[in-house]
Amino acid sequence: MTTIGILALQGAFVEHAGVLRGLGVETREIRLPEQLDGIDGLVIPGGESTTIGKLMVSFNLVEVLRDLARAGMPMFGTCAGMIVLAKDTVQRYDQPLLNAMNIVVHRNGFGRQVDSFEADLAMPVLGDKPFRGIFIRAPYIESIGEGVEILGKVPDGKVVCARQENMLVCAFHPELTDDPRLHRYFLEMARGCRQLVQASRA
Amino acid sequence: METATWTVKKGLAAMLKGGVIMDVVTAEHARIAEEAGAVAVMALERVPADIRAAGGVARMSEPQLIQEIIDAVSIPVMAKCRIGHFVEAQVLEVLGVDYIDESEVLTPADEAHHVDKHKFKVPFVCGARDLGEALRRIAEGAAMIRTKGEAGTGNVVEAERHMRAMMSDMRKVQYMAREELMAEAKALGAPYELLVEVAEMGKLPVVNFAAGGIATPADAALMMQLGAEGVFVGSGIFKSDNPSARARAIVQATTHFNDPSIIAEVSKGLGTAMPGIEIGTLRQEELLATRGW
Repeated sequence: MTTIGILALQGAFVEHAGVLRGLGVETREIRLPEQLDGIDGLVIPGGESTTIGKLMVSFNLVEVLRDLARAGMPMFGTCAGMIVLAKDTVQRYDQPLLNAMNIVVHRNGFGRQVDSFEADLAMPVLGDKPFRGIFIRAPYIESIGEGVEILGKVPDGKVVCARQENMLVCAFHPELTDDPRLHRYFLEMARGCRQLVQASRA
Repeated sequence: METATWTVKKGLAAMLKGGVIMDVVTAEHARIAEEAGAVAVMALERVPADIRAAGGVARMSEPQLIQEIIDAVSIPVMAKCRIGHFVEAQVLEVLGVDYIDESEVLTPADEAHHVDKHKFKVPFVCGARDLGEALRRIAEGAAMIRTKGEAGTGNVVEAERHMRAMMSDMRKVQYMAREELMAEAKALGAPYELLVEVAEMGKLPVVNFAAGGIATPADAALMMQLGAEGVFVGSGIFKSDNPSARARAIVQATTHFNDPSIIAEVSKGLGTAMPGIEIGTLRQEELLATRGW
């Protein structure tokens, strides 16, 4: 049985658990390092990235998560989770980031809450049907480095979904829709990563 | 691209879950709150304990002050308008606040009506004491609910009463036959369609926080264990001995609300909490929770 951990320090972690359980996997809320043992992947949910970062520091999660990311643990960051996984923010805020993905993100890139929006996104990796992106004080990916594949953009061209090996990020909230395709894509990606890790050990 | 949809309005509240929203009166307070791990700050002119002490009419904060707080932090900024004062709400919307609290802590501007919150692009949070009041506010467009508690007292008893009442009402309606729900809607003063939704889902259709009297990490965890999805702390932080340490401890206790050993650890050495008020010593006209209709 696949078990996906969901970082449950703060934010919309319950919603992710609902979608993942609907896809037939077990989920586990992660608040402390010892809870990470035995999980097959990790979701870092939306929330406030400064708060999540401070709680990661207070409960000794930063180094262990960096190590797991480097070791090939599949991770899926949505909105604040995308910021947490990034290398840096455009604003250079003093906040702990996992530096697990070669992207620089622009926090609150679309403005304040009154500018929050929904839009249909073309996401070829999910099929022909557009994906409903829900953007809430959302960031976007300002620049990408080597190894990063762009999976989705908003109509004006800003990058809002990307993948790099075992890392998947999006600026919007698939957990607030009833469309499980992006979570399913993550689970397929996680299975692929596990086979790769096992093959490299053999 | 569609803005101000119901999904994005209540979606921001979903992103604040498991977090602490702190009352601040200056940009400096806002920076301390952000540094302590607040998920949002509530900008107001005076914390509720000072509003109580000063008396007189309590209004929306001065716009310049709100602007300074918005400029000082990267987290969402909320601000309060008076009940029914839709022009204060219009002003807060153009200032760019991320959420408006139509709050009983300020002196009501209308003693019969609340703001028609559907008209606004900015989402609203409102206080409630029971399920009927919560659903009336949601019907008016509130995208987030909080208990009223009794603000500015440092006494959690009223927040506890309101959260228990809401959770108990919700448990009850889940077991009612469909034909009983109309009578229950009438008894609660709740819109029927929303009550049916609660009966089906077993929870409010929007995020539900606790507020009003939370002063310690254990108070915050108490409200979380009773079913709150996050907490507001008003006077409890900046009326205490060591606001920064207390704020951080309340944030940590809210995350680890089910882990008493962590709550014990983070509660050590915080200094004195705000001096509290026994609710029974307040005169009827001093109660804030009874404001709202």
